[in-house]
Amino acid sequence: MVPISYYLVLSAILFGLGVVAFIFKRNIITIFMSIELMLNAVNLTFVAFSRALGKLDGQVFVFFVIVVAAAEAAVGLAIILLIARNQQSLNIERVNLLKL
Amino acid sequence: MSNLVAQHPVLVVAVIKIAVLMFLLLTALAYLTWFERKVVAHIQSRWGPYRAGPHGLLQPLADGLKFLFKEDVTPSGADRFVYYLAPFLTLSLSLTAIALIPFGPGEFKLFGQRTSLGIANLNIGLLFLFAITSLGVYGVALAGWSSNSKYPLLGGLRSSAQMVSYELALTMSVVGVLLLAGSFNLREIIAAQQGFLWGWLPRWNIFASPMPQVIGFSCFFTAAIAETNRLPFDLPEAEGELVAGFHTEYASFKFAMFFMGEYASMITVSCLATILFFGGWLSPFPQIGALAWMRYLPTALLAAGSAWLVWDGIRYETLLGKIVLPVLGVVLAGLAVLIALPGANDFIQGPFWFLAKVFIFLFIYVWVRGTLPRFRYDQLMAVGWKLLLPASLANIVLTSFAIVVGKR
Amino acid sequence: MSLELVLFFVLAAMAIGGAVSLILQRHPIHSALSLIVVMVALAGLYLLLGAEFIAAVQIIVYAGAIMVLFVFVIMLLNAGVEARTNVSRMARYVGLPLGFFLTVELAYWIAGGAGRQAPVSAGPTPTRELARMLFREFVFPFELTSILILIAILGAVVLAKKET
Repeated sequence: MVPISYYLVLSAILFGLGVVAFIFKRNIITIFMSIELMLNAVNLTFVAFSRALGKLDGQVFVFFVIVVAAAEAAVGLAIILLIARNQQSLNIERVNLLKL
Repeated sequence: MSNLVAQHPVLVVAVIKIAVLMFLLLTALAYLTWFERKVVAHIQSRWGPYRAGPHGLLQPLADGLKFLFKEDVTPSGADRFVYYLAPFLTLSLSLTAIALIPFGPGEFKLFGQRTSLGIANLNIGLLFLFAITSLGVYGVALAGWSSNSKYPLLGGLRSSAQMVSYELALTMSVVGVLLLAGSFNLREIIAAQQGFLWGWLPRWNIFASPMPQVIGFSCFFTAAIAETNRLPFDLPEAEGELVAGFHTEYASFKFAMFFMGEYASMITVSCLATILFFGGWLSPFPQIGALAWMRYLPTALLAAGSAWLVWDGIRYETLLGKIVLPVLGVVLAGLAVLIALPGANDFIQGPFWFLAKVFIFLFIYVWVRGTLPRFRYDQLMAVGWKLLLPASLANIVLTSFAIVVGKR
Repeated sequence: MSLELVLFFVLAAMAIGGAVSLILQRHPIHSALSLIVVMVALAGLYLLLGAEFIAAVQIIVYAGAIMVLFVFVIMLLNAGVEARTNVSRMARYVGLPLGFFLTVELAYWIAGGAGRQAPVSAGPTPTRELARMLFREFVFPFELTSILILIAILGAVVLAKKET
């Protein structure tokens, strides 16, 4: 039997890596992907706790998170398409129209 | 590691079963290409392969050798890792999917372990099958992207759009079956289709009592043809416009891997159609006294086949054919006797009906290919989104209503 | 070591390796592939935790649909290798240690809180139970997500439409 804390530590590491990727990457699509990575890490926590507590609420919540992530990906990628069309670049530093 | 194996004898049995299934499947794949070429040739009033071996029976072997000995070219500027990954992904995923298919109800003993026909029996078998097929997009999309060439890129773009759109209809069309069976387990889905309506009509899902899944089946099979990138939906590789689409830049064995992957997924889809809509291994005839002779149908078919082979072999033009075909006929006759024996006869019933139905679906696949022209791209999208998806959603609603009303 | 523990470590290594590779790869397609590896590994972990349905949904929706969309967009925009711009000094000297610190802290607190929690050993979660829960207790959020998806579809269509 794998202790639940192993899963939680793994999930924390993945979340941390997601944060690091979010900060360091320059490509908008990759930044968006690192958000997905963080969501995934949180999902692992939900499922692990659902197992530890013997309740299904965690799994239902993961289901909702996945649905929301799907909606988010659809809108987010549409926005990225627009940015790429207007800026001719996917570099996040080029998206600076609001900057003085 | 040996400790692990000793603790889990199931693993040993599973490995043996995988090896046997792999061998049978790869042989079946090779002869499926022969079968397709023969059938399409006859549809178009040609003879098809006839030179390599009697009736072209050695053609798959010749093709395989040719694939192995061709020069393996990697285009310059290709992303090497992804370029090599894509065919591997396609083939391994479509072979993995077969592991979930149950081939018969019988159980047998192997090293003291009782196992069934089929490798994995999961509670959520159907969902996992869809999970594996949903990953199949990557093989095609990445192949198109990594070739660093414009036709493959267009093919890859088309395929990812096409496969994602049709996956929706594919998944939705099956929900009606799930509602009727109340389970994701493929064995339970088959078990739920047992019995006969009015004593003669099998209670398969396509004829099921509250709501026959005719709409579901048509949506499923159409979407499945699109998912496997077969004509008339083979736009990712449309040779008329995209040269060969996503695998233009692939040669030699990497091309063969795409080829085998496509045929393996054809087999998976045919198995799935059989299981979900046509009762899997259930016999279409009721078990009554007047039809008891039906249990010898496999024997009779094999015997007829062997008689034809011997007769044809004697008249065959070449010496090789004169020898090989009668020998094959004798082997078939031996098999026919073997499966008529009481113990074997019971065991063979399930797999026989299952494989017979799968064979019919494979024939339909080839038949469709030989008959219909390719769709235009906008037509393809229109069929997927405006016809199949609404129809399969309507099927879900109708089926749930029928079940609720039927229960009352 | 039990088979389960071996599987856990293999899958965990796969997940972490994929996440690290997501950061190190310079081409978006490679990053996307790394993320797919993470997702497949997580699906395996869900199976270990007995959450069969969630594992299947993870692969079907995340790996099979969302990531395909990402790959599709990367291919469509023909995104090249990420530009190596001057990473702001803040990100390099403060962000990295901060990310590391966040990870350690999260791991410490979460694991500390749950360390005493004995795992409830039960077979795989029956999907039937999950469905009952989803359509009885959580039926309102479920209906709300359908509206959310509808709005997302509309938004995506409106946004991605070419101006004529």
